[in-house]
Amino acid sequence: MSNQLTVNGQVHDIHMHGDTPLLWVLRDGLKLTGTKYGCGVAACGACTVHVDGEPMRSCQVRVADVEGAEVTTIEGVESEVATAVRQAWDEISVVQCGFCQSGQIMSAIGLLTENRQPTIDEIESYMWGNACRCATYQRVRAAVRRASDILEA
Amino acid sequence: MTVAVSRRAFLQTGVAAASVLTIGFRPDHTLAAGAGTQGLTPFVKVTGDGTVTAIIKHFECGQGVTTGLATLIAEELNIPLDQVNVEFAPADVEKYRNLLFGIQGTGGSTAMANSYMQYRTAGAAARTMLIAAAAAAWDVPESRVKLINGHLVSDNKTAPMGVFAAAAAAREVPAAPVLKDPAEFSVIGNPETRRRDSGPKIDGTAQFAMDVHLDGQIVAVMKRSPRFGGTLVSFDDSAARAVPGFIRAAALPTQTAVVVYAHDTWAAFQARDALATEWDFSDADNRSSDEMRSDLLAMVKTEAQFDAKGVVRDASAALDGATQVIEQEFFLPYLAHAPMEPLNCTIAPSPTGVTLYDGTQMPTGAQQALSAVLGIPTDKIAVQSLYAGGTFGRRASPDADYHVEAALAFALNGGAQPVKLVWSREDDITGGYYRPSVAHRVRVGLGADGHIVGWDHRVAGQSIFKGSGFESFVVQNGVDSTSVEGVRDTLYDIPGQYVGLTDESTPITVNWWRSVGHSHTAYVMETMMDMAAHVAQRDPVEFRLAHLTSGSADQNRLAGVLRLAAEKAGWDQQPLPGRRRGVAAHKSFGTYVAEVVEISGDVESGLVIEKVICAVDCGTPVNPDVIAAQMESAIGYGLGHVMRSQISFSNGEVDQSNFPDYETLRISDIKAIETHIVPSTAPPSGVGEPGTPPAGPALANAIAVDGPRITELPMTSQDVNFA
Repeated sequence: MSNQLTVNGQVHDIHMHGDTPLLWVLRDGLKLTGTKYGCGVAACGACTVHVDGEPMRSCQVRVADVEGAEVTTIEGVESEVATAVRQAWDEISVVQCGFCQSGQIMSAIGLLTENRQPTIDEIESYMWGNACRCATYQRVRAAVRRASDILEA
Repeated sequence: MTVAVSRRAFLQTGVAAASVLTIGFRPDHTLAAGAGTQGLTPFVKVTGDGTVTAIIKHFECGQGVTTGLATLIAEELNIPLDQVNVEFAPADVEKYRNLLFGIQGTGGSTAMANSYMQYRTAGAAARTMLIAAAAAAWDVPESRVKLINGHLVSDNKTAPMGVFAAAAAAREVPAAPVLKDPAEFSVIGNPETRRRDSGPKIDGTAQFAMDVHLDGQIVAVMKRSPRFGGTLVSFDDSAARAVPGFIRAAALPTQTAVVVYAHDTWAAFQARDALATEWDFSDADNRSSDEMRSDLLAMVKTEAQFDAKGVVRDASAALDGATQVIEQEFFLPYLAHAPMEPLNCTIAPSPTGVTLYDGTQMPTGAQQALSAVLGIPTDKIAVQSLYAGGTFGRRASPDADYHVEAALAFALNGGAQPVKLVWSREDDITGGYYRPSVAHRVRVGLGADGHIVGWDHRVAGQSIFKGSGFESFVVQNGVDSTSVEGVRDTLYDIPGQYVGLTDESTPITVNWWRSVGHSHTAYVMETMMDMAAHVAQRDPVEFRLAHLTSGSADQNRLAGVLRLAAEKAGWDQQPLPGRRRGVAAHKSFGTYVAEVVEISGDVESGLVIEKVICAVDCGTPVNPDVIAAQMESAIGYGLGHVMRSQISFSNGEVDQSNFPDYETLRISDIKAIETHIVPSTAPPSGVGEPGTPPAGPALANAIAVDGPRITELPMTSQDVNFA
């Protein structure tokens, strides 16, 4: 059993069952551990990656279904938006334990890529699925706004 | 790992790398210094190239301790915080004990409190010795040499401090180095300071225990009894054998679980799902939540098992003489910690014993657990400390449960191969070690003047500490102090207070949960204070202040945060139309916190938490931004659970299994949190937990302004809706 998977611009031969969720192929197969397991049922967003630029919960994507797609993880995401988001996250000291933050950041990049000036309501609606047990939400909100300002400057 | 071994550290070569000034302590706690670590426990290192490294004896779960302890070193060395690298200490109780625990561990919001003088002293010794070395080399008095921004400076001479690291290391260590005058602090208390661990947590490179992948490592997951107290009768792995990656399954010798080994995590989960198991539930807790609730409420209506404070007859007499008596029962559910990173750890063979890879709150407890199971002395058990993806108490337990499991899995596999124990989220939610479910019954008597004249308080629930190795520290005369903390040591002037405690006994496992006993006692105390104020027809802030009048520092500090929160919330003005406010104040872990919660909406169509105003007095504020972050976190944790979270049971089985049904706080739930820090020069106290206790009752008190008085949690189980 082998699938070809493109992650962060590199093509990998994957020797795991095609039904294996992308999350576990990334983490256990490719050792790209920046993408986190938090629930396995798309209820926390910690495993968010981009598939052809769209944020997706990698725990719900079979690896066989993304053959031929471009998968981007926290380790490989690069864009003007990604740079602004990281800068904002650092300036505002969003992180605490940090375990959900890869997912938060991948979602925030997804949001700001499609909507550079989201309202608070739009931020809350888009980011609702990214759970943070440290409750860093106030700073997530502020950092998305800050990143938006950086992009618009 | 570790936190940040800098590129500089890797690249340093030659003479510069060889010269190191190491400051630490001898086994008798006196200061020591040298070029190496012989005979001393290192706390700070200055190398020839000027690199400064703080050795962090606590674990980082997001609470900001790496930033906090590095701040102390930066302050005493007069360098910016970003020039201090941090490195986690190894597990060694003799060297890196928590001075308040006696073991190496992080908890009870003690990390800063116990480390403040230790790290400052080490930093001050480094500064003193570097200055002395430069003064000797330049032949000037030490008083003419200053250490400024990484450089030693005297009149017309200046040199990077690393140049003198070797010479300093050869000098005598000062017995009691002079600490900086707090008036001259520039790093401690600086609101511009940002946490030190953002970088790797933003780019995905931070290493959590879950990220460990060692050569030859296999994954172990446990199929545990679906009911607490169940024992394994038999299992059948024939279906599991068809799962690619499955290795084998074996019963634990404790008969409490079947361990499933596989080559990767997904395979382990799949194989476990395919396992058939049969259990004996004859000694299990087979009750449902309704019955558990009735049982606990019955316990607070009869004579208490233990007197935790005062005499019941005195409280009764005081209540008999009261003008008005308010009586209320409370029932609070079991709660899971549910840190974002599900529990896990890896044990690998090492040349001398084993190495544990984990982000654990208690390295000493983990070493003892592994030692007991594996028969290896603790000094042969190394602990590689990694970032913890949250804990809230869960990455430690009185019986080191997951370390015992991991050790059993490692041993059953033969001990020659690294074994990574992984808990799924479902394991985490259903796996016990909960905040105990508790019942309270309180009778408060008010005198004619509207003051409290008597208080009879009964608590029933499981003891966290009884039966554990910590029992002798926490349990006295049968009373587990963590079951009644926050009630019997209330700061309010309450004459004639009686506190009675009854322990419930069930195989359901319980554990310390962010703020421990205060997580339920503050809810009850601050709700009762609000009800009493209402009956006395007094303002809730004024009523509380009227019971904090002894002039003691303790009362003054609680009154101080109450006044500050009220002032910042504009308490003396009417709220905006449609808004209601509630207040609560509580001291826990040496820190005083008051919170005002402001809401809009209604309980039928959905309440909105518009803002939370928080005032905190935690002594000297070391990192104001970290303190604010911890208040935001603790408030979110407190509110999220009282709003929606509970662990409930049907015929002994937990009803919830994952985040969809163990509902967690979301980004839209709290619109704003404002934190105000009381300026203080008192010794610093902790900030990880104290923000949690007042949050729930402040919300409940806001709802009660024109809505129901919520005495059972979560609120959503009481027909309270949130938008």
